[in-house]
Amino acid sequence: MGSLLRSEEMCLAQLFLQAGSAYDCISELGEMGLVEFRDLNPSVTSFQRKFVNEIKRCEEMERILGYLLREIKKADIPLPQGDVNPAAPLPKHVIAIMDQLQRLEVELSEVTRNKEKLQKNLLELIEYTHMLRITRNFVQRSTEHEPLQAQYEEFPFLEKDTMMDYNSMQRLGAKLGFISGLIQRMKIEAFERMLWRVCKGYTILSYSEIDEYLDDPDSGEPTKSVVFLISYWGEQIGQKVKKICDCYHCHLYPYPSNNEERNDVVEGLRTRIQDLHTVLHRTEDYLKQVLNKASESIYTWVIQVKKMKAIYYILNLCSFDVTNKCLIAEVWCPVNDLPTVRRALEDGSRKSGSTVPSFVNRIPCNNTPPTLIRTNKFTSGFQNIVEAYGVGNYREVNPAPFTIITFPFLFAVMFGDLGHGVIMALFAFWMVFYENDHKLKRTRNEIWNTFFEGRYIILMMGLFSIYTGLIYNDCFSKSLNIFGSGWNVSAMYHKVWTDDDIRANRFLTLDPNVTGVFNGPYPLGIDPIWNLASNRLTFLNSYKMKMSVILGIIHMSFGIILSVFNHLHFRKKYNLYFVFLPELLFLLCLFGYLVFMILYKWLAFSAHDSRLAPSILIHFINMFLMQGDAVQPLYPGQAGLQVFLLVIALLSVPVLLLGKPVYLYWLHNGSHRLGMYRGYERVRRSSEEELSLMRANDMEEGSSISDLSTSREHQTEEFDFADELLHQSIHTIEFCLGCVSNTASYLRLWALSLAHAQLSEVLWAMVMRVGLRMDTRLGIMFLVPVFSLFAVLTVSILLVMEGLSAFLHALRLHWVEFQNKFYSGAGIKFCPFSFSLLPSSFEHDGLL
Amino acid sequence: MAFLICGPKVATCGIVISIWGVIMLAMLGIFFRTHSAVLIEDVRVTEADMHGDQNPPQTVYGLYNQVGYNCFIAAGIYVLVGAFSFCQIKLNNRKEYLVH
Repeated sequence: MGSLLRSEEMCLAQLFLQAGSAYDCISELGEMGLVEFRDLNPSVTSFQRKFVNEIKRCEEMERILGYLLREIKKADIPLPQGDVNPAAPLPKHVIAIMDQLQRLEVELSEVTRNKEKLQKNLLELIEYTHMLRITRNFVQRSTEHEPLQAQYEEFPFLEKDTMMDYNSMQRLGAKLGFISGLIQRMKIEAFERMLWRVCKGYTILSYSEIDEYLDDPDSGEPTKSVVFLISYWGEQIGQKVKKICDCYHCHLYPYPSNNEERNDVVEGLRTRIQDLHTVLHRTEDYLKQVLNKASESIYTWVIQVKKMKAIYYILNLCSFDVTNKCLIAEVWCPVNDLPTVRRALEDGSRKSGSTVPSFVNRIPCNNTPPTLIRTNKFTSGFQNIVEAYGVGNYREVNPAPFTIITFPFLFAVMFGDLGHGVIMALFAFWMVFYENDHKLKRTRNEIWNTFFEGRYIILMMGLFSIYTGLIYNDCFSKSLNIFGSGWNVSAMYHKVWTDDDIRANRFLTLDPNVTGVFNGPYPLGIDPIWNLASNRLTFLNSYKMKMSVILGIIHMSFGIILSVFNHLHFRKKYNLYFVFLPELLFLLCLFGYLVFMILYKWLAFSAHDSRLAPSILIHFINMFLMQGDAVQPLYPGQAGLQVFLLVIALLSVPVLLLGKPVYLYWLHNGSHRLGMYRGYERVRRSSEEELSLMRANDMEEGSSISDLSTSREHQTEEFDFADELLHQSIHTIEFCLGCVSNTASYLRLWALSLAHAQLSEVLWAMVMRVGLRMDTRLGIMFLVPVFSLFAVLTVSILLVMEGLSAFLHALRLHWVEFQNKFYSGAGIKFCPFSFSLLPSSFEHDGLL
Repeated sequence: MAFLICGPKVATCGIVISIWGVIMLAMLGIFFRTHSAVLIEDVRVTEADMHGDQNPPQTVYGLYNQVGYNCFIAAGIYVLVGAFSFCQIKLNNRKEYLVH
């Protein structure tokens, strides 16, 4: 059973997989996600590994799948994404899948190509129709030509001059040719000018714009075109004109010589266009059919190919043994999961029908194993925010279980508003309630995913904020009077104030020493009368600052106490006396005493002697200056106690600085003399192997090896001492200076809660009050949009902005002020080989 | 389908703000009716009201009640807005089912 306090015990194991059943065994392990494979061939490039051909095949299949997915997405066909989880296909089934995919690809590309050709054809025919329609107008404008044309039809012998695709007409010895077509509207001016310059008047160009946008056959985009008709004399001119038309990318179409031909062509075109439309429709239907059929099984194929590729990748990491019949894999495995791994290997061997079973064998290791902490859906959020700073060392104390309570609490101290807490908690409840909804889980939006992953954190934050909102008595910047205020104004009026007082002064002070004015403290939280007081901030500032310091010292002391668990687990008892004790004494003697003074002042002084209440700051400063007689003591014996605490704190600094290095030095040197004595026995008795086994055994339990290394060279100890002394002096300076700065850092709890309260008050005063104070008939309606504005601003400024800010500061307090007392966070995270954790490249491209 | 004016997100926003508005304005109305002292700044009290009062503090109480009524009316309007948003959500859902 995994515990959240410490990472799991890991072991290095060797898997012996028979060549026939290796694929199935790894498939089983991938489904379960228990072990992390190590690379046994680190020097081999990916092209030289054993299974590179299989991986190439997988990538080819992935390419085809990507093409299919793009086509399906273009055709807007929905993919039936169920919760299917097909197993990795056996090598013999792979050929069938590959076959199907290739056939689909060929078919699809052919159909798409045909469709494009037909589309282009259709567009060309449509252009031809337009051209004929418009050039009819050119001809009919000059109707006086008609009788002239009739005369010359008796001379047909020049019709064989059709070298190019134009119709020539005879006219008085000169050969009249026509070129007609379409050109883009942008180019017509330049075209005309070019024609004039080149042909010098031997051509006549008439053109007219088409009104509607036609789709260009080459690019498929709607463009504005112009129909032109060029009539020219002479062959050379004709060739020049044709070249110019080519330059300007005109679409040329044959020009009919007479009206009957024109009508025939128009009729022919109309039927052809209709036919093309029908064929195109059929093609599109067929394409949709093919894609629909493919979309049914494409999701399964994607998963199967992904799993197959992963298995071959893992197989590449393994090495072959000498007989070449068996694959050896080295894995990191949690000790508690070894039986499960064994069972998975048995299942795999059975499925592949192999007679020789694969087995697992635990081996000792010298490296530090990776860190695995098992979490559920509630704890995973908090574990993630701890690991964002650094993954813990192997078997180190994990701050996450404590973070579950302290993080929302510190957030709530900075956020502290009942109404906002309720809204935040409701939002989190909604997310938690619908956490199994597919649509919520699978959105692509990064920001939403972040909020969704942290839904339990937000829920805790909201609930704790409700609590601190009750304590601060702040609900949308108004106080709630649940229990009845402890202050009574009328008592002042009867006893102290007169009518003149009330008329003459803007502000009056309630004196709690007068009987009847103060009837006892409010049962829970701050008295609601403070909401009406002008010196509200003075009172709250003092309260919140002192509270922040108290919370900070408690948090930091807790961090130091947690380091005891680390010292005990790693069998470094000397750390308890030389590190933990001086640190705790330093912190508590100085800042713990400050906390004591705060609490003492709160308890010992009341409203009666509030004039005599001393300033704690002055007393604290005097403690360091050792001037105990300068001011009235808080309690008898204060001067003596302060000197005593100061001396202890100052003495603990050199103990922290020098204690551990000196002790380790003494340990090495002192037992070196004894070690020489024992060394003879060792040489006689055992070999190096037994020594190394004993050392490995001890390393498993984390004890120090200082006493075993004495039989080796002792130059290293000199080196160790300097290094150790440097390390410890850095730690001492960091700790002592850090105590002061970290304590001050906790004042951000006060600062942010003040900022939140003030923002909330400003929002109410500037938005809601305007709506409420409206007097006219219209004012009633005005309240409705004003409230919407208030709601939107509350959510965007106070919940989102302030919430993120308080989240960040609470996180910083944990990462720096709390964790630097005990956490090193320099470990490696355990990444098991699991199919469910593998990313899919298609999801990344947004195709799935 | 001609009544489908808002998209799904606008309708959801509408219903969330409406529910919040109904609850919060109703509670505000109750607090104004009980003449809560904390809300004194939100009531338009002039010098004339305070000094020229025949029967103190009834004028101020009357102003409080008026604001309370305003809040209740606004809450009522938000009920209508909420109903409208709810209908829009229903129409959006139906449209989503129809297309496929």
